[in-house]
Amino acid sequence: MKVAVCVKQIPDPADPGALDPSTNTLKRDVKLILDESDSYGVEMALQLVDAAGGGEVTLISMAPNNEVNGLRTALAMGADKAILVSDDALAGSDALGTSKVLAAAIARSEPDLVLAATESSDGYTGTVPEQIAELMGLPSVTFAKSIEVADGAVKVQRQTEEGYDDVECPLPCLVSVTAGVVEPRYPSFKGIMAAKSKPVDEVSIADLGIDAGSVGWAGGGQEIVSVIDAPVRDAGEIIEDEGEAYERIVAFLDELKVI
Amino acid sequence: MSVGTIWVLAEATDGTVASITLEMLAKARELSDNVECVFGGDGALVATELGAHGASAVHATGDLAGKLPGPAIAGAIAAAISGGAAPVAILCGTTYGGRDVAGRLSVKLDASVITNIVDLTNDGGLVGTEPVFGGSQLVNTRFTSDKPGIFLVRPKSFEAAETGGGAATVAALAIPDLGPSGAARVTNSFVEQSEGPKLDEAAVVVSGGRGLGESEKFELIESLAAKLGAAPGASRAIVDAGWVPYSYQVGQTGKVVKPDVYIAAGISGATQHLVGMKGSKTIIAINKDSEAPIFGVADLGIIGDVHKVLPQLLEALNARG
Ligand SMILES: Cc1cc2nc3c(=O)[nH]c(=O)nc-3n(C[C@H](O)[C@H](O)[C@H](O)COP(=O)(O)OP(=O)(O)OC[C@H]3O[C@@H](n4cnc5c(N)ncnc54)[C@H](O)[C@@H]3O)c2cc1C
Ligand SMILES: Cc1cc2nc3c(=O)[nH]c(=O)nc-3n(C[C@H](O)[C@H](O)[C@H](O)COP(=O)(O)OP(=O)(O)OC[C@H]3O[C@@H](n4cnc5c(N)ncnc54)[C@H](O)[C@@H]3O)c2cc1C
Repeated sequence: MKVAVCVKQIPDPADPGALDPSTNTLKRDVKLILDESDSYGVEMALQLVDAAGGGEVTLISMAPNNEVNGLRTALAMGADKAILVSDDALAGSDALGTSKVLAAAIARSEPDLVLAATESSDGYTGTVPEQIAELMGLPSVTFAKSIEVADGAVKVQRQTEEGYDDVECPLPCLVSVTAGVVEPRYPSFKGIMAAKSKPVDEVSIADLGIDAGSVGWAGGGQEIVSVIDAPVRDAGEIIEDEGEAYERIVAFLDELKVI
Repeated sequence: MSVGTIWVLAEATDGTVASITLEMLAKARELSDNVECVFGGDGALVATELGAHGASAVHATGDLAGKLPGPAIAGAIAAAISGGAAPVAILCGTTYGGRDVAGRLSVKLDASVITNIVDLTNDGGLVGTEPVFGGSQLVNTRFTSDKPGIFLVRPKSFEAAETGGGAATVAALAIPDLGPSGAARVTNSFVEQSEGPKLDEAAVVVSGGRGLGESEKFELIESLAAKLGAAPGASRAIVDAGWVPYSYQVGQTGKVVKPDVYIAAGISGATQHLVGMKGSKTIIAINKDSEAPIFGVADLGIIGDVHKVLPQLLEALNARG
């Protein structure tokens, strides 16, 4: 079975950076890492290919400056190869523009199954997976908390507001996975060494047959009017517990008429 | 001044309209004097409630017969628009269903989506407000094309309000042939019910995080919640660790809560947690680290050990009867 996994490479969330005031996009002058949200998709893909008795896991990423750092992490986990789209014309792309690029890159790997995370850690529009599916004319199941493949179809437990639904969908299709769907493995030393020589196919948008006018700043259908600081909450009362702090909580709940 | 017609994606469970739908209707009514709903299901079940909240009409697909709602509803909306319907905006909730509809529809209309908005204003056109960096900054965005603007609205951003309107007119919304993209089928639905008030409706929420140390200690949270008539909640750290089900999660990828009182015990206050609870009226935090970011939003912060403070607090509350 051939699985394509979308992996986003992002600035370290521990150091989320800031918006560049001249462009109102995230500053991206640091080394990018694998979005933790995508480590679940990578793990899921590896397990599904294993369960199917063989196949191939291809990573798909769009990132500036030919960034491969995060891809190497996912290759070290065990993915076979990667397609990286890096192109100056992509700067400023909105989610739809990003999806057009990813869909074209995914099509190159001719997968049976496409996996993505439900939302990225930095942009978190959460719209890219469904946009990719629609662009590729594929059925999809979003918010999967478990996935099984059998008889040319996926069986998914899909998170809902009240619990979950069982959903069945024929291959080829796209599934977006929630965090916690599987426990991502840590790359082994052997995996890290092997990752260095795994193929990363670097492509431009021209290679994908995408018109520069439909992506990046040019293709964006929205503009930022202003960025303002949110009102801050007034500082509260902070006390150190010396054995009696619970009394202060009781008094506070009393004042609030909760008890 | 009123903008043109606004469409609101209606969602409902067993005929009860979701709060996010009613919240969006209230905002849409402020901006437009014609607000209509789109619904994937039997319109007659929801027409009264939607009408009472200001919708003049509900365009309903009828029973989806096991189809996954996203592609079907998006397909139906796109078909209605190419058939001449011309809403200026389509509001979808940031929910499992809403996000699917918005993503699919955006491709069909070749129009981008403004996501995660907590406010919508009319400034010569609709402008969506999106919080970034855990809500410390607000970004205002508008569309540059004249296609219908698709907005994804975060729950609890607006207050639902009845307008006293009569039942909405039910109009049929046809689902076109979806081809392979409509092939997913729902075969079964499961409800994971927790006791007590619902997390996103409770007046008091007591949440626990990794600082509880081990799964068994979540009992402290449940006892305190039971004592206060509160709903128990959780940080993602302990949901991912499998201590509690996902339905307990508060935050960016969980539920947005706005209770009168939010108690956070052993939760650091990561930005993704804060966006889900910062709107609470009053916040009480217990954390042993005086530097924990949760104290930045707390009205009452206790620097202390949850294993000491919570049992003492429970005992004191029990003593009061
Ligand atoms: C603060 C902020 C707010 C934004 N608001 C909007 C907005 O309202 N509307 C809008 O259209 N754009 C918005 N953007 C831009 C948007 O985030 C980017 O276009 C981004 O490249 C794609 O969207 P996402 O990360 O939000 O994707 P999501 O839909 O959240 O991503 C879901 C999954 O898709 C896959 N994926 C997404 N991007 C890539 C990639 N580059 N490479 C590989 N896989 C990927 C990953 O598996 C990811 O987990 C915003 C960006 C920022 C920083
Ligand atoms: C894309 C994305 C989405 C996310 N969505 C969410 C979300 O929806 N909700 C969410 O909550 N998180 C979310 N997160 C995760 C978030 O970044 C944090 O990792 C998570 O909130 C941390 O949970 P925590 O506070 O329980 O754990 P930690 O950050 O580990 O904090 C534990 C705290 O407990 C304190 N502590 C330890 N022992 C004690 C003790 N004995 N007594 C008192 N205090 C003690 C520590 O000082 C520490 O502050 C998301 C992350 C990403 C990347």
